Amino acid sequence: MTTFEAILLTIVTASTPLLIAAIGELVAERAGVLNLGVEGMMAMGAACGFAAAIGFNSTAAGIAVGILAGTALAAIFAFAVLGLAANQVGSGLALTILGLGLSGLIGAPFVGARRDPIPHLHIPGLTDLPVIGRLFFGQDAFVYISLALVMAVVLFLARARSGLTLRAVGENHSSAHALGLPVLRTRLLAILFGGACAGLAGVYLSLVYTRFWSPGMTAGRGWIALALVVFAAWRPVYALAGAYLFGTATVLQLHAQAGQIGLPSQLLSAVPYVATILALVLLSVLRGRALGAPGALGAPFVPDR
Amino acid sequence: MRLELTPRAEVSRAARALAPVAAFLVAFLLAGLVIWLMGRSPIAAFQVYVSGPLSDPWAIQELVVKATPMALIAIGLAYCFRANLWNIGAEGQYVMGALLGGWLALRTHGSEAGAWVWPLMMLLGIAGGALYGLVPALLRVRFGVSEILTSLMLVYVAQLTLDYLTRGPWRDPKGMNFPQSVTFDPAATLPTLLAEGRVHLGSVFALIAILATAFVLGRTLFGYRLRVTGEAPRAARFGGFDANRTAMAVFAISGGLAGLAGIVEVSGQIGQLQPSISPGYGFTAITIAFLGRLNPLGILFASLAVALTFIGGESAQILLKLPLDLTTAFQGLLLLCVLGADALVSYRLRVVGTHHRPPGGEGRLGRSPSGVGGAGIERKVDGSQTRAAAGGGAARSFLRLPLRLIRRAAAFGREFHAGTPHRARGCAPSRPSPQGGGEP
Repeated sequence: MTTFEAILLTIVTASTPLLIAAIGELVAERAGVLNLGVEGMMAMGAACGFAAAIGFNSTAAGIAVGILAGTALAAIFAFAVLGLAANQVGSGLALTILGLGLSGLIGAPFVGARRDPIPHLHIPGLTDLPVIGRLFFGQDAFVYISLALVMAVVLFLARARSGLTLRAVGENHSSAHALGLPVLRTRLLAILFGGACAGLAGVYLSLVYTRFWSPGMTAGRGWIALALVVFAAWRPVYALAGAYLFGTATVLQLHAQAGQIGLPSQLLSAVPYVATILALVLLSVLRGRALGAPGALGAPFVPDR
Repeated sequence: MRLELTPRAEVSRAARALAPVAAFLVAFLLAGLVIWLMGRSPIAAFQVYVSGPLSDPWAIQELVVKATPMALIAIGLAYCFRANLWNIGAEGQYVMGALLGGWLALRTHGSEAGAWVWPLMMLLGIAGGALYGLVPALLRVRFGVSEILTSLMLVYVAQLTLDYLTRGPWRDPKGMNFPQSVTFDPAATLPTLLAEGRVHLGSVFALIAILATAFVLGRTLFGYRLRVTGEAPRAARFGGFDANRTAMAVFAISGGLAGLAGIVEVSGQIGQLQPSISPGYGFTAITIAFLGRLNPLGILFASLAVALTFIGGESAQILLKLPLDLTTAFQGLLLLCVLGADALVSYRLRVVGTHHRPPGGEGRLGRSPSGVGGAGIERKVDGSQTRAAAGGGAARSFLRLPLRLIRRAAAFGREFHAGTPHRARGCAPSRPSPQGGGEP
């Protein structure tokens, strides 16, 4: 396997968690809910998923528990912003702080533990093709799941009746309510879906990407996922492209660090964050104001007011 | 069975003042539950967290020292949050203030420089934080980029810069390869208040900032401008308030205060630059700002209360082997409880059986989103009552934080990502406001 091939493979691994988390947040935001707690839900998914995988010695259990952990945090958020009409930005921040703290508590006994790599797809013949074989037919299940998720969300938002409901609720909740659409229920489900995705992304980090758990291992990926949603103009396919773009930046930065090119490692580590800012600025310059944000994004729903 | 929120016609001042206290107690109970689940005694933990620090005069000094940087940051954030601007990158501005101020300390190290060094360091700290805070403000004003994401991304950049400098160019050559700078000279050290104590001049700065903010927010046109811009951006535009200038001003103020906090902490408490100079003060300050209801006096008490959990957390780590992450988790929980309590102050929460129709307004409820599975959530808000509560003089509106937060979030949602948020766009509203009745 050449270095080039190896880099392509690591790009996929680095992009997948961003993609999964971003697609979940995208659905929540299309329903009009801005959940800034992605980082916290990811951290909880990573810690709980890893703990369960070690505890039950089963990757499947780890995945299930990680998804549950993300969903559970999202349910707390949903109670605050839907049940109590609390401020979404504040509650999301609180969720991030809570998630980072709780994940530290849960993961503490598992620092230093390691998991074996999870199995990768192997189709005799296809997987052995040069360059594209491993890239397209030799990935782990998460990669295919993430791509399937994008397809599913594209179809759901464009074709499914419930997807149209979700978009209506996100664009204008008052009109949606007047039409008899279930605003709060739609939002609840969208938030829970976002939590499940963030949890899954977290599990991917601890079980596949690093294969160990360390405090603060999400390292701002949840925030980058949030930025990706803006970057993607709330469209799933663009989110796919954006996630892979950011994954590429991250991987090239890591290779530059390993390659001893004479730049301080901190400068290179700052690349993904600076790239996020630059991408957002560039985007706004190119697109002007037509960013395509859902109309009711961030607004709490109070019927009949 | 489902939950239903109905607005309270009248909310007493006491209820609003007590809401953060109640939130604090609830967060404490929940944290106790977590500690109990971890197999430790919540009572012993309570003693270590609260009774211990409060019964020890040395620890009370420590409390003030700890509360100082957080109070400084939170008071600055109050300006931003009141103007409905979300600066969540105070941690980065804190680091940048420490860096620029610390630069002077290292520059004058070993020289005969006199007592002018530390005052100049403070000014540089303010400048560093303010300039760094202006970056997200400028990006928002100029390019319409959400300040939430940019200010947060800049935190990582600031931390990496500090890490690079303290491990590289600024490392003490005689420091046994430890990643830290030289210890600051006495001239570069913030004086203590008492000869014996640990409380330094930074606490006085924090008190001054609190008093000045109470005056600015309550008694000046600028304070009024912030509130109008935050609560009713359209009214602010009609009133001729320049939203862009407001955004730049509040980010400069909050960045400057965060930068001051950084240099105060480095010069008065740590005494040198290290790769890590904050256990997340910049993020904790967000909790403090809301716990203090964005009110200067409230923030004073809130910063002391949260400082207590920091000190308690440190001794719990030593005495009970409880990890510091518990403190972080507690702070997140606290912020959620505070925001929830705010809502409960203005709404009455009722559990309603599925087959009961709540009295009044049944017709409308019939088609309101009824319930999710078994435990649905339904809210009924009588418009007239709400508006009655929301009206009644902007001057007293600090009493109406929950409603304001809701409206603010609504305004935020309309403006967020939708373009340059507060740029004057002529008289054309960005989009018909679903809650337009809330704006005066």
